[in-house]
Amino acid sequence: MTDTPLDLIRNFSIIAHIDHGKSTLADRLIQACGALSEREMTNQVLDNMELERERGITIKAQTVRLAYPAKDGKTYTLNLMDTPGHVDFAYEVSRSLAACEGSLLVVDASQGVEAQTLANVYQAIDANHEIVPILNKIDLPAAEPERVKAQIEEVIGIDASDAVEISAKTGLNIEGVLEALVTRLPAPKGDANAPLKALLVDSWYDAYLGVVILVRVKEGRLKRHAKIRMMSTGSTYNVDQVGVFAPAMRPVDDLGPGEMGYITGAIKTVADCNVGDTITEDRHPAAEALAGFKPSIPVVWCGLYPIDADDFEKLRDSLAKLRLNDASFHYEAETSAALGFGFRCGFLGLLHLEIIQERLSREFNLDLIATAPSVVYRIYRTSGAMEELHNPADMPDGSVIERIEEPWITATIMVPDDYLGAVLTLCNERRGQQQDLTYVGNRAMAVYRLPLNEVVFDFYDRLKSVSRGYASFDYQMDKYEESDLVRISILVNLEPVDALSFIAHRSAAESRGRAICAKLKELIPRQLFKIAIQAAIGSRVIARETIGALSKDVTAKCYGGDISRKRKLLEKQKEGKKRMRQFGKVEIPQSAFLAALKMDA
Amino acid sequence: MLPLALYIHWPFCLAKCPYCDFNSHVRDTLPQARFAAALRAELAFEAERLGRRRLGSIFFGGGTPSLMAPATVAALIDDARTLFDPADDLEITLEANPTSIEAGRFAEFRAAGVGRVSIGIQSLDDDALRLLGRQHSAAQAIAALELARGLFPRLSFDLIYARPGQTLPAWRAELDRALGLAADHLSLYQLTIEPGTRFEALHRQGAIVLPDPDDAAALYVETATTAARHGLLGYEVSNYARPGSESRHNLAYWRYGDYAGIGPGAHGRLSLDGALLATRRHRAPELWAERVERCGHGSTAETPIAPAERAREMLLMGLRLGEGIAATAFERRTGLPLDAALDPSMVAACIEEDYLRWSDDPARGRVLSATGEGRLRLEALLAAIAV
Repeated sequence: MTDTPLDLIRNFSIIAHIDHGKSTLADRLIQACGALSEREMTNQVLDNMELERERGITIKAQTVRLAYPAKDGKTYTLNLMDTPGHVDFAYEVSRSLAACEGSLLVVDASQGVEAQTLANVYQAIDANHEIVPILNKIDLPAAEPERVKAQIEEVIGIDASDAVEISAKTGLNIEGVLEALVTRLPAPKGDANAPLKALLVDSWYDAYLGVVILVRVKEGRLKRHAKIRMMSTGSTYNVDQVGVFAPAMRPVDDLGPGEMGYITGAIKTVADCNVGDTITEDRHPAAEALAGFKPSIPVVWCGLYPIDADDFEKLRDSLAKLRLNDASFHYEAETSAALGFGFRCGFLGLLHLEIIQERLSREFNLDLIATAPSVVYRIYRTSGAMEELHNPADMPDGSVIERIEEPWITATIMVPDDYLGAVLTLCNERRGQQQDLTYVGNRAMAVYRLPLNEVVFDFYDRLKSVSRGYASFDYQMDKYEESDLVRISILVNLEPVDALSFIAHRSAAESRGRAICAKLKELIPRQLFKIAIQAAIGSRVIARETIGALSKDVTAKCYGGDISRKRKLLEKQKEGKKRMRQFGKVEIPQSAFLAALKMDA
Repeated sequence: MLPLALYIHWPFCLAKCPYCDFNSHVRDTLPQARFAAALRAELAFEAERLGRRRLGSIFFGGGTPSLMAPATVAALIDDARTLFDPADDLEITLEANPTSIEAGRFAEFRAAGVGRVSIGIQSLDDDALRLLGRQHSAAQAIAALELARGLFPRLSFDLIYARPGQTLPAWRAELDRALGLAADHLSLYQLTIEPGTRFEALHRQGAIVLPDPDDAAALYVETATTAARHGLLGYEVSNYARPGSESRHNLAYWRYGDYAGIGPGAHGRLSLDGALLATRRHRAPELWAERVERCGHGSTAETPIAPAERAREMLLMGLRLGEGIAATAFERRTGLPLDAALDPSMVAACIEEDYLRWSDDPARGRVLSATGEGRLRLEALLAAIAV
């Protein structure tokens, strides 16, 4: 089965916006090729992580190998590569696309192209993909195939006249999709006798098999029991098993050029498997690696703290377990005076952060609090040294800083005309620089350069609210630029609360400082003494609030029968103070800071 | 040692008030004889182990002790006078409700030896009395007061304020009328929602709304000012008296002296064989009586109180008093120096904030007391300063 002639293989991915029907189409293709019986089909076979299923997004790449007897009488091997569908995983997406020769572009015929689709389709074009437009949900009364075709041509610049019109939900014209794959997509190329070159597309940890690597063989053969070498690190492993996903794992003897499949071996963690790496044979190595390898670098950092301090060890174990399966997220222990012991964690983006946080709470049952996300700043010291700053609390004194650079992104926002004004205002408030503004029918597409720092600060929520949920948003990392950034410290009774300090552009410092002071005033219960809350840049106070002393707290009746109870109550109160943080004369419950951070998120 | 205080608990009421979480019970017929015998047995039991101590006060509390047969009250007083060494100024107080049945017995209680009554008036407003679930009208209350004033040398009554919707001027007017009724002592309690009461359920549903802390504080300050204008000084958080008319029995609690508690659910603090013992009686009236009949007393757990616990108890009681806590008395009673029981930096902060003060008393030595502002925030203050 692995001697499939190259001209009978088609490798493809599916590009779609969330809810435009990617997973449903994948299910229909699997069904049509008889890979699974009706009974075996759980909805959306590919998204097997609970979280993926709930959010309709794919986090890990997966493949399915299908056998399709085409109208030309030949049976083709179709490898469907399901790619992560979010900008946080843009690099992972690019590697998945590099494993295929073509893409199906699925667009909801009633909704049209969304921003997220665009970024991925551009990536597919960059990967020299042949792109077949698919108009889904054609059965809906609101479907406007002609308008959407025009939009695809206008916005993306590809010919949509041969777009395949389908309904993945009802199964309408799935045959048309399969025929288009066979007739319109190019077959892969590759020399079976050349030294092995296989692209490492993704990897994950399986409790029984250990690390499973998803590969696409470009040249040569990947054989069982071969000794392979990772070209980026030089580390070598013996291959235990070679196989394909049909969609269940099925061992084979080897994988030839053009094939997709998996390997397992004595590989301890996925951290040893860098997405985009080239796998070669140790004894007959390829002369050069496949192009495009990049190590993954976290761009968003935040502190994660257990709400119950006793959960610290559990959190450490859970992070280690998650990292087993996701080498793209990083963590290191850190201590906060306000929040206790926790971890500084780095993520590929905000969604990635959210996913990890949610998995920690859902799969590991941890109650966590996250500090406000921070991007990675570059601090150039007057000494000439550059350092990357992940945690605002670590920012050095202004006197030793020559300049600070922050990362910028290029954001694409698509929004119905009615909400465009509000969206542009939001972008301008966030220091955005307009690059492009075009209209397609009544939908506008705005391209903005924005500081990532402004995006991690509740940008999604604001965008959703000003556009009533109609705006779609996507971004790509751009470059670092110098900026007038300041660290805002929050002080309670003149003592800084490390977990609440943040970095912002000088123009936004005062209003954000005021907002957080006002929020803390609401959240911190009145105490025996009044409490001063301040926001400061260095020693300069930019906002302040005062919480008055509590006005009355005394039991009306206390006689001989009440003493024991009152004493125990007092002892309990003393005990509870151990969970509090002393600021001058007052002790503030950690819960107040937790609530402040929660409101931020 | 301070003279012994004797508390006698009568657990029965005509009806359970919706705000009250005391150990009180309603029965169709009161087991007068059985409870009289059991109370006398417990009194004998305590006298047996305590010896003939100097007795400073007797307090009949409840429940509603004015529902007791006057003969029982008389028997208990006679027993106590015989079993202990009564002080010359032995104070004997009985709590009473101002219903006509009870007022009808006032003369008999006086004859039994009661010298002070504390009447549960609660309000001089009929609507408020209905809300509070009381079984009497304002007019009945005033009539009972008039009657008591003619019979007893000393007279106190209770009012509940900071009631739902009560304005400051309305309370001032009510308090002025109350102060005009010429009692020498008043207990003025802000309404508190206690767990397990009907008011708690209503409060949870939002049917009862208490004044916010700022308004409650204003009502409290107004209360002290108005009482002082009539010559009644706030000597404890909720108690106001003409100088010399303070409740000596209750002072024994706040000064953290020895007290014996008999009857269902009664608590005691007793110095015995060098230890300070916390005593407690069975709460359920019939179970308690059974137990007394079987064992001679209805005591459950009796636990010695460690010095650090004594220190906290004496602090939390003593700082309720305007007179505060004398350092030497504190050390004598708890075994710990007063300074050792306190967080010095928090005490300094409280002094700076004018919540606490140190003073020198010619008779008592160094005294720590809470100011008016401090007493208003006593629970938070205690949590801050207690070690």
